[in-house]
Amino acid sequence: MTGSNVVLEVKDLVTHFPTRTGVVKAVDGVSFKIERGKTLCVVGESGSGKSVTARSILQIVDTPGRIVSGSMMLHRPNGTSVDLAKLDPRGRDIRAVRGAEIAMIFQEPMSSLSPVHTVGDQIMEVLRLHLKMSKADARARTIELLKQVEIPNPDRAIDRYTFEFSGGMRQRVMIAMSLACNPSLLIADEPTTALDVTTQAEILDLIKRLQQRHGMGVMFITHDMGVVAEIADDVLVMYHGKVMEEGPVDRIFHAPQDDYTKMLIGSVLKLERKADIRLKRAPIDEKAPPVVEIKNLVMHFGSGANLVKAVDDVSLIVRPGETLGIVGESGSGKTTMGRCLMRVYQPTGGQMSYRRADGSVVDLVAADKQKLRECRREIRMIFQDPVGSLNPRMTVAQIIGEPLLVNEIAKGQELDDRVADLMRQVGLEPAWRERYPHAFSGGQRQRIGIARAIALNPRLIVADEATSALDVSLRSQMLDLMMNLQDKLGLSYVFISHDIGVIRYMCDRIAVMYRGKVVETGETEQVCDAPNHAYTKALLSAIPRPDPRARRMGQRHRYVA
Amino acid sequence: MTDVTFAAVDKSRLAVASQWQLMWWAFRRHRLAMVGLWVVGFFYLIALIPGFFSSNDPSAQNARAAYHPPQRLHIIDEAADGSWKFNLHIRPYVLRRDPTTLAAIYVEDPNRKVDIQFFTRGYEWSFFGLFKSNLHLIGTGDARQPLFLLGADRLGRCVWSRIMQGTQISLSVGLVGVFLSLLLGVVLGGISGYFGGKIDFSIQRVIEFVLSLPTIPIWLAMAAALPQDWPATLNYFMITLILSLTGWAQLARVVRGRFLSLRTEEFVTAARLDGASEGRIIFRHMLPSFMSHIIASITLAIPAMILAETSLSFLGLGLQPPTISWGVLLREAQNIRSIATAPWLFAPGVAVVVAVIALNFLGDGLRDAADPYNK
Repeated sequence: MTGSNVVLEVKDLVTHFPTRTGVVKAVDGVSFKIERGKTLCVVGESGSGKSVTARSILQIVDTPGRIVSGSMMLHRPNGTSVDLAKLDPRGRDIRAVRGAEIAMIFQEPMSSLSPVHTVGDQIMEVLRLHLKMSKADARARTIELLKQVEIPNPDRAIDRYTFEFSGGMRQRVMIAMSLACNPSLLIADEPTTALDVTTQAEILDLIKRLQQRHGMGVMFITHDMGVVAEIADDVLVMYHGKVMEEGPVDRIFHAPQDDYTKMLIGSVLKLERKADIRLKRAPIDEKAPPVVEIKNLVMHFGSGANLVKAVDDVSLIVRPGETLGIVGESGSGKTTMGRCLMRVYQPTGGQMSYRRADGSVVDLVAADKQKLRECRREIRMIFQDPVGSLNPRMTVAQIIGEPLLVNEIAKGQELDDRVADLMRQVGLEPAWRERYPHAFSGGQRQRIGIARAIALNPRLIVADEATSALDVSLRSQMLDLMMNLQDKLGLSYVFISHDIGVIRYMCDRIAVMYRGKVVETGETEQVCDAPNHAYTKALLSAIPRPDPRARRMGQRHRYVA
Repeated sequence: MTDVTFAAVDKSRLAVASQWQLMWWAFRRHRLAMVGLWVVGFFYLIALIPGFFSSNDPSAQNARAAYHPPQRLHIIDEAADGSWKFNLHIRPYVLRRDPTTLAAIYVEDPNRKVDIQFFTRGYEWSFFGLFKSNLHLIGTGDARQPLFLLGADRLGRCVWSRIMQGTQISLSVGLVGVFLSLLLGVVLGGISGYFGGKIDFSIQRVIEFVLSLPTIPIWLAMAAALPQDWPATLNYFMITLILSLTGWAQLARVVRGRFLSLRTEEFVTAARLDGASEGRIIFRHMLPSFMSHIIASITLAIPAMILAETSLSFLGLGLQPPTISWGVLLREAQNIRSIATAPWLFAPGVAVVVAVIALNFLGDGLRDAADPYNK
């Protein structure tokens, strides 16, 4: 025994995934301790083995993975200990641990809850299995649990189905279920990644308060350094299945020892400021006529009772050489707004005046096929999903060359040269031209998408969540690339994102969207530092800052519209 | 997942591997499908040159060999002095009559033997009228001592040779029928999926109507309406047409579904924003994405066609003798007498089962390998 406060002690854990050609060492000699009432955050980028570590503890690693060696001592409150690594993954002993002593919540609450049972049934099942409660007792306890996780009207919510709840509410139900047996350890695997920032803040807040009340240990897996700074007591940094560094949160953020940790913290802190490239620029000419002037844009989906006002009377301008950020939570209409601008959707009403290079003005809402085709050469788009937006059946050269080819700008040898030049501009090796998209990493794929966007020498690029699918260390690289291209090609950007850090780094002005309306526009610094609208305040205060000395989740604003 | 599936392939080759290469690599890992591919390939080889694989003229009648049982193949040849050697041969059967029932009994003649020859000469067959040959894979080389590997039927025709000949019709009915279904299915399904709206609605209702028709009675009615005196080739063509008239609906649904899901893919939106024309979007960007799925659906539709032809002909309303197909051959096995006295007449049924199973394995493998990206 190493002191009564340690709940779980993991030593030299090794988990392998044997494949036909060799062994993938997903977890490679990881050791850590979790104390009662403390939060251990496990951070790392995708593929670092942080989720496999958590799953190894409960012995629920996906086949063909298996725990090769190491020990995982679970210390019970009554003084006994058990080594989880030695238990049979399908045995009675480990099942008694799962859910009862160690509970786990997952990223996607919808897929971890059954859609055909009421939430009450699902929570009651846990209680009846582990605690052998009677039906009436279990029901009473379930209502109490739902009350604890702050679900309104718990006595009615208990008989509802999961699809009747929003994402945040579902995650609360998951938490209620995991708390059902008063576990001594809660493992949370990216529980807030699929949620909006304001919902995330509420869930983090809830976990914190429940932890204080029940005194359980929490192992929190995340890739978001802001969340780590907000909630962690200790931090474990993982990379390629190995622990790079571990220690108290303050030391990790303010005195990191390991190079990888430094890089990780550095790339997050970089996004907390204005980009260096932008600092060197001359101020945007405010008197120049705008490239695009959107007036009273309206986009409705459906009709009658199902009418959704996705974009509701939005007016914006984009000046030449400027980056306009559109920020908002899911469902705020920011993506629809961007797609209307490209006229992927036909707007229901309003005007979008686009000023062409020769000074003539085209209304994109009313433009005919020919005009639209011409304008689309000058207004291009970068997509969010670097996988779905590249045709997997075409080579990189074909993808980048497609706009040049179909617009009859270049063909044959000239096309080859242009493509090679574009690839060099976005930092890709022209020798890779014959490769297919599946041979590239996420960041490289996004570069291909950028090359395709700039192929026609556009004047305006709409970037829809262009960096959201990328790991944080790649994000600033991609943004820097986009800004360098902006300087070189004289581009304007409409940059759509839910990530205020990215917006602050990249954008000159911000428009904040909420339920289809623009609630606030202004200079980036002004909106970020001194927001006027109550929703903007709530949004900004919900964003966790990557500084454990400036925790503010407790003092955030809430916005109720 | 892609890493695991293609881990065996060299990285640099994987990087430049096209869709079809990825599909082939994934398909090769599916063992049953590979077996299916070989079997199907062999069957279609037979369908191409059935004459080469038969040992007797499939239409030649032989009154002295009615219900002749399959001959036993002897491997070891024993000479009179007791020495022996490997020599594949048969002992011809002699026809005897049961003295009381007068039933025909075939008895092996221990005193005679006929050697079996490979790549021997026999009756003359023609390859679609292009050239003629009398080369056969297996036979006795003597027309008066025929080889009955699977026995003979009521009229003394060689069952083995008739199965070989029937392969041609039965398997090509599958191919031609599916090709016609494909044409109807892709065009109607494509229109339905691409244009949507009212056109989609009406085509979908037609598909539902076609799918709700009970197929066998419809086939029977239409086949019965065909004039009896039409030549065999025209009859054959009409039967495939009848079969494909009901087969296209499923395929049209598959095509429509793929179209609908692809229309919302981001790379299609990207192509539209690139300024690509509608035709280019369909043929350059969308079609390659579901070609593989269509090929897989076709492979799975061929067995259904083969079975449909077999059932129609079995019921006497499909192809008519003297045309030889597996279904026509199985008609011989319709009565109780054949079950009792000549069970080898069921052999064409075995051919149907093997071909259908092999095609299904092949189709399953293709379907699993069809989309190498969404793993």
